[in-house]
Amino acid sequence: MFFLLIFSFSISAKDTPNDAGGSITVSTYNIPHYTERIELYRKVKGDTLYKEAGLISLYKGEFDDTLAVAGESYLYRARAITKDTVYIAMTEEFVSSSPQWFNKSRTAVLLFIVIFGSFVFVFIQLAKKNPEGLFIRRLPAIDAIDEAVGRSTEMGKPVLFIPGIEYITDAGTLASITILQRVGKKVAEYGTRIIHANFDPVVMTAAQETLKTAYAEAGRPDAFNKDDVFYLTSEQFGFAAGVDGIMERERPGAIFLQGYFYAESLILAETGYSIGAIQIAGTNATTQLPFFVAACDYVLMGEEMFAASAYISREPRLLGSIKGSDLTKSILLGLIGIGVTFGTVASLLKQAGNPAYMEIFNKVLDFLAMGAR
Amino acid sequence: MKKQVPLLITFLTGFIVIVSFFVPHRPFGILETQVLTWYAIIFGFTMLIGVDSLIRLHVRKTQRRKKGWWYSIVFFAGFLYCFVTGVISLIRTSNPFSPGTVFFYGYRTILIPLQSTMFALLAFFIASASYRAFRARNIDATFLLIAAVIVMIGRVPAGYKLWPRLPEVANWILNVLQMGPMRGVMIGIALGAVAMSLRLILGIERTYLT
Amino acid sequence: MENKKDFLDWITSIDRKFIFAIIAIVVLIPILLGIQEEVQISPSVNSAYRTIENLDSNDVVLISIDYDPASMPELQPMLKAMLRHAFRKDVKVIMMCFWPLGLPIGTQGLEQVAAEYSKAYGKDYVNIGYRPGDRAVMVEMGREIRHFFRTDVSDVPLDSFPLMKDIHNYNDISLVVGLEAGIYGDYWVQYVGSRYNQRIILGVTGVMATQTYPYLQSGQIEGLIGGLKGAAEYETLIGTPGFGLTGMAAQSWAHVAIVVFIIIGNIGYFLTRRREKRFRVEGRR
Repeated sequence: MFFLLIFSFSISAKDTPNDAGGSITVSTYNIPHYTERIELYRKVKGDTLYKEAGLISLYKGEFDDTLAVAGESYLYRARAITKDTVYIAMTEEFVSSSPQWFNKSRTAVLLFIVIFGSFVFVFIQLAKKNPEGLFIRRLPAIDAIDEAVGRSTEMGKPVLFIPGIEYITDAGTLASITILQRVGKKVAEYGTRIIHANFDPVVMTAAQETLKTAYAEAGRPDAFNKDDVFYLTSEQFGFAAGVDGIMERERPGAIFLQGYFYAESLILAETGYSIGAIQIAGTNATTQLPFFVAACDYVLMGEEMFAASAYISREPRLLGSIKGSDLTKSILLGLIGIGVTFGTVASLLKQAGNPAYMEIFNKVLDFLAMGAR
Repeated sequence: MKKQVPLLITFLTGFIVIVSFFVPHRPFGILETQVLTWYAIIFGFTMLIGVDSLIRLHVRKTQRRKKGWWYSIVFFAGFLYCFVTGVISLIRTSNPFSPGTVFFYGYRTILIPLQSTMFALLAFFIASASYRAFRARNIDATFLLIAAVIVMIGRVPAGYKLWPRLPEVANWILNVLQMGPMRGVMIGIALGAVAMSLRLILGIERTYLT
Repeated sequence: MENKKDFLDWITSIDRKFIFAIIAIVVLIPILLGIQEEVQISPSVNSAYRTIENLDSNDVVLISIDYDPASMPELQPMLKAMLRHAFRKDVKVIMMCFWPLGLPIGTQGLEQVAAEYSKAYGKDYVNIGYRPGDRAVMVEMGREIRHFFRTDVSDVPLDSFPLMKDIHNYNDISLVVGLEAGIYGDYWVQYVGSRYNQRIILGVTGVMATQTYPYLQSGQIEGLIGGLKGAAEYETLIGTPGFGLTGMAAQSWAHVAIVVFIIIGNIGYFLTRRREKRFRVEGRR
């Protein structure tokens, strides 16, 4: 009898954690073999009848009752239907849902943001006090901007700037606008034409403004031609074909591929190579980095793009934020090292019959991975 | 004022989105979805800016008989074809992509081959770029060359025929040797993006407002 | 000597048009002759296969077409193979789309495979079509699919289909299959997998596979089908060869050709370097 009780079909219900209320999670246990479907019913406190709530997926064995009203109390009943039997399970206590003020599964993320934000804040303050004390290593790709624009000018060819194929919401696209500012100033100084083809109309507008300002700062506002900053298409390979066409027709002397790219990266970079242009690429798309490294002269790899604004302006507050970010990375690196060592030792100890350390290790892992799973 | 208002909007939006990430309670919890919905709506309208830019550009090109101006005629023909057939097919079948519509005919006979062709170019460009880039110029380049050859051959049936364990070696390179540095770069990019976002929210990074 | 120099120069810097021509030939021959090569099954594809294999007629799979004709050669064979597998097991299928240009090819694949298995529209499968708004749509579908998809692709109300009667949100969907040529795979994992504890399989283009592997290793997705090779493996697992296996032969030959070019390039590079070194030494003398 005891075993029958343990292994009989049952359900439990609880307020779905970390949500805005209005959801109760019903879990099933010991689903009978050959169950065809599980019907779920709910009853509001005070009512006499159970009403249909939905079907519990046999595959998941769990159901989030999102039609539950926050604050109302419910009892649940499930019917597991096999070919010849119907098994019934029900909850015994009323359950209600309530909204939470903090999503506990994101504690690790909050902790990270607080630490990271503090480092950035502290280093910005330090940088403001002592701007000379901050060093940023050379970024050859940024240094090569002058050379590329100069070479283009000498050859009497235009400069082509492609800000990737992501939208203005992407950090890489924003970083590309920072680099465009520098390129814009140089082309304005040298009196070279710049062509800027866009995938996103909003990026186009931002680029027009950036270049307009760059030309004004260089003292040549009249030289800026708004028509050279245009929208091409928001279709990936249509864009690649359009840019390739521009490369073949206009024969730019320097090409800047800066921003987030997908599979079109190599199509663009190889066409650029075939026309003999000096190419400076930069992307936060890890999968496209190898293609750029293979086909371009200079590449800004990942986070180097985000450091470009600090490198170009040497503004202490920007440099401070880079320093803060670097320190966080160093700490993360140290923690990864400690984690790997501890995990390895714990695993060896577990094999030797002492599982305690492995349990601690798994708890830490669970805490860190809470938001991801 | 021209700069202060956008900075304030950026700060408030960034702050609210961060808060809504941690606070599920109404009204914060639903703000993230709301912001995404607003973005989707605004995004739809931004396409009008793009279409406007595109039409103006090609009108000017045609008027001034600029180099390659007749490509603009192709653009206008394509634009009109899509617009007119799209609207007619939408009215007739409620879904312009329904098989049998004129719009679908254009999609099937023009767009599919054109798009596939562009993507297929990648195979040719990978071949020429690999030939040029993978040279054993120094020790680093030699390692890169060896890894590339193993992965390229090990990932296809030819590798298995050559040596049955080659796919395992290729997978090991992909899942172990490659994964470590890739994760390092990804962590770096993520931290860089977070730092950049913080700079934007706090108004330190203002390039986009220039 | 002059001839030797010319040959060395040629193999060191072969004209790319020649490389393109060879690649075109080695790709075309297996496709035209219909040659198929045997592929070895990788754990990631096997895991995807096992996940669908464990479903039955009570389960519903949501397939998202997040690609367009450009990546069709890689992802369409995956779609067809997975549909064949699902329909063979009587699993119900809902198809949706975040790339507007992917809708017709997705529909084409769905209708073709459904006809092969005599499946009835509305009862065994439904095509709910395209909606803009990506993440907002994904999140809201966790509450009620009808908030964004009141009708199917042909404007017929979802409630008029027997299949959709009990399907409201991710509770009622056993598995999400995302066929991805862009960033939507990340969105499925980040916005649906983590928030709604939804089981997910991703099929991605070859170039994106390396970026997607970490999700598989961390258990955030249950299977990963990468590129044409992944499609060929899936076709092998279900025992129905298709374009994946034919394309794999072409890919295999193309890889071999590229490796041959790399080797030729390096031979040329070393011979040229040796010759230059010799000239320098002789010059000094």
